Amino acid sequence: MLRKLLDSVEPQFHKGGRLERFYPLYEATDTFLYTPGSVTAGASHVRDSVDLKRIMSIVVLSLAGTIAMAMYNTGLQANLSIESGSQPLANWQTAAMGAMGLPFASNDLIACIVHGALYFLPVTLVVYTVGGTLEGLFAQIRRHEINEGFLVTGMLIPLILPPAIPLWQVAVGTAFGVVIGKEIFGGTGMNILNPALVARAFLFFAYPAYMSGEVWVAAAPTAATPDAYTGATYLAATTVAGVDALQGLSFMDAFIGFIPGSMGETSALACLAGAILLIVTGVGSWRIMAGVTLGTIAMAMTLNAIGSTTNPYFNVPFWWHMVLGGWAFGTVYMATDPVSAAQTNSGRWIFGVLVGVLTVLIRVVNPAYPEGVMLAILLMNVFAPTIDFFVVRSNVRRRRLREVT
Amino acid sequence: MEHYLSIAVRAMFVENMALAFFLGMCSFLAVSKKVETAIGLGFAVVVVQTITVPLNNLIYHYLLKEGALAWLSPTLATYDLSFLGFLTYIGTIAAAVQIVEMILDRHVPALYATLGIFLPLIAVNCAILGGTLFMVERSYTLAESVVFGVGSGGGFALAIVALAAIRERMRYSNVPEGLRGLGITFIITGLMAIGFMAFAGIQL
Repeated sequence: MLRKLLDSVEPQFHKGGRLERFYPLYEATDTFLYTPGSVTAGASHVRDSVDLKRIMSIVVLSLAGTIAMAMYNTGLQANLSIESGSQPLANWQTAAMGAMGLPFASNDLIACIVHGALYFLPVTLVVYTVGGTLEGLFAQIRRHEINEGFLVTGMLIPLILPPAIPLWQVAVGTAFGVVIGKEIFGGTGMNILNPALVARAFLFFAYPAYMSGEVWVAAAPTAATPDAYTGATYLAATTVAGVDALQGLSFMDAFIGFIPGSMGETSALACLAGAILLIVTGVGSWRIMAGVTLGTIAMAMTLNAIGSTTNPYFNVPFWWHMVLGGWAFGTVYMATDPVSAAQTNSGRWIFGVLVGVLTVLIRVVNPAYPEGVMLAILLMNVFAPTIDFFVVRSNVRRRRLREVT
Repeated sequence: MEHYLSIAVRAMFVENMALAFFLGMCSFLAVSKKVETAIGLGFAVVVVQTITVPLNNLIYHYLLKEGALAWLSPTLATYDLSFLGFLTYIGTIAAAVQIVEMILDRHVPALYATLGIFLPLIAVNCAILGGTLFMVERSYTLAESVVFGVGSGGGFALAIVALAAIRERMRYSNVPEGLRGLGITFIITGLMAIGFMAFAGIQL
C-alpha cells in the first residue's frame, strides 16, 4: 500500500512535475523504506548488496549498546550523586521525574533509565531536528540526495556530549558540524573531517565552561556536601593526582561504564560489542582499531618507563587509559569513519597508531585537556590525506622498481 | 637536551607558524594546490629559516643589541642599534633567499621551475621574518635559535603539505560555487587550526 502511494506521487517529483524541487525529500523517503530501483549494473562494478544505507544501518545498530548505556548511566550517575547529598538540578527533567513519581534512587533501574532518557532524548531530538533540517535544505538547494550519513553523525553527537548541556548549544554545535564540517564540501563522503568531531571540538573550544570540568553529572553539589560527587571525570582527577585518583574505582566499573563522562562514551564494554559487530561485518576498519590500541599501549608504556616526579599522570598504566573517558568510543566509532580516516590499508595502520600515541600524549602532557581522544582523532583527520599520499607514492615507487628489475 | 627538544616541539606544533599564528598565509594558500610543490616550498622554508634565524641571532647579539658593540671598542658600548632591526633582518633574509635560489637554479632546476615566483616571495614571507622576531623577543641563544629555526620551518612545512594533500583529495568534493578556490581553502585552514588546538597549552 505504501509502495503504491509512493509510486502514485512519484511523477510529481520528476523533472517537469509540480514538486520537482522536492525530489531529494521524496527520494530519501522512498529509498529509506524500499530498496532503490536503480542498482549498479555493468561489469566494472563490484556487485554487493551492501550500500551506503546498509553500512550506516549497521553502524547505528552497533551503537545500540552505547545508547542504552547512555540512558542508564546518565540517570545512574545523577541519582548516585543526589543520594550522596547533591541537589537535583532545578529544571523540567527534575519536575518530570517528580510528576511520574519516580525516586532519585540509584538501585531503581526504571528510575535511572527514565532520568537518563530525560536528558539524552531531548539532545538527540535537537540534533536530528537541526541537522536534518540543514541537511534537507542543502539537498534541496544543491540538488543532491539526502544521505544516510547524517543518521550516524546525528547519533554520535549526543553520545559525546555531557548530559546537562544547554540545548541551544547542541543546536549551534550540530549546525556548525553539519554545515562547516560536511555540507560545504558537498555532503556525505566528501568531507575531510568527521562532522561529529567538528561539532564537539567547536563546542569544546567555544563554550569550555559547559564542556569540561564538573559538568558530567546532571546534579548540583551543595555547599554542605563538597565531598559528594563533584561531577569531574576520573580523567580530570587523574591529571591532578595520578593513579591515586583511581583508588575508589574498580576496573570493572570503569570497563562497564558506571563512571561519569559524556553520555555515551563511558562504557568500554558497549563499545567492544559494537566493535565486534563492525569488524565482523567489515564496516569498521580493524586495522585502525588495532593501530590505536597498539599506539596507546606503546606510548603509555614508554611514558611509564620515563616516569616523572612532577606529573603523576605519567604513571597511569595503559589499561586505565583504555577504559577511562572516550578512548573506546573514539577508537571504535570516531577513528574508523571511512571518509575522514586514511583510506589505504598501510595508511590505516599509521593513522591508528598515531591516534593512539597522540591520545596518550595529549592526555598526559597537556594539562589543559585531560581528555585527548577526540582531539587526537581530529588532528589525524587533518593528516590522513597526507598519510595516504605518501603510502600511495611509496607503492608506486616500489612497483616501478619491480618493473625495472 | 630536553630544553632544545621542547623548543623544537613548541615551534613545530604548539606555536605552529601557519596554524597558530597564521603567518605566511599568502604562500600557504597559494602554493598548496599540489603536494609535490608544497613539499618543495616547505623544504625551502625550512632551509631559509634554519639559515636566517641563527644569522639574525648573530647580528642581533653582536651588532644591534644595546651594548652589543662593546667587542669593537669600549667607547661603543653605549650604543643601541636595535631600531635598525627590521631593516637588517629583512636584508639578511633577502640575501639568504637569493643564495638558496641560485643554488636551486644550479642544482635542482625542476624544483626551481615549480617554485617559480614563490621562492623570491619567501624573502617577504611573514613567517620567515616572524621567526626572526620571535627569536629576538624571546632572546634565544645561538644554539636555541638554530633549533627554533628548524622547528618553526618544519611546522610550516608540515602544515602546508597537509593542506596540499587535503586539497588534492578535495578534487572529489562538490563545493558550492561561491566557495570554490580560496574560499574553501580558508575554511579548511580554520578547521586545521582547530585540529592543531589539540596542542595548545602543552607544557614541556
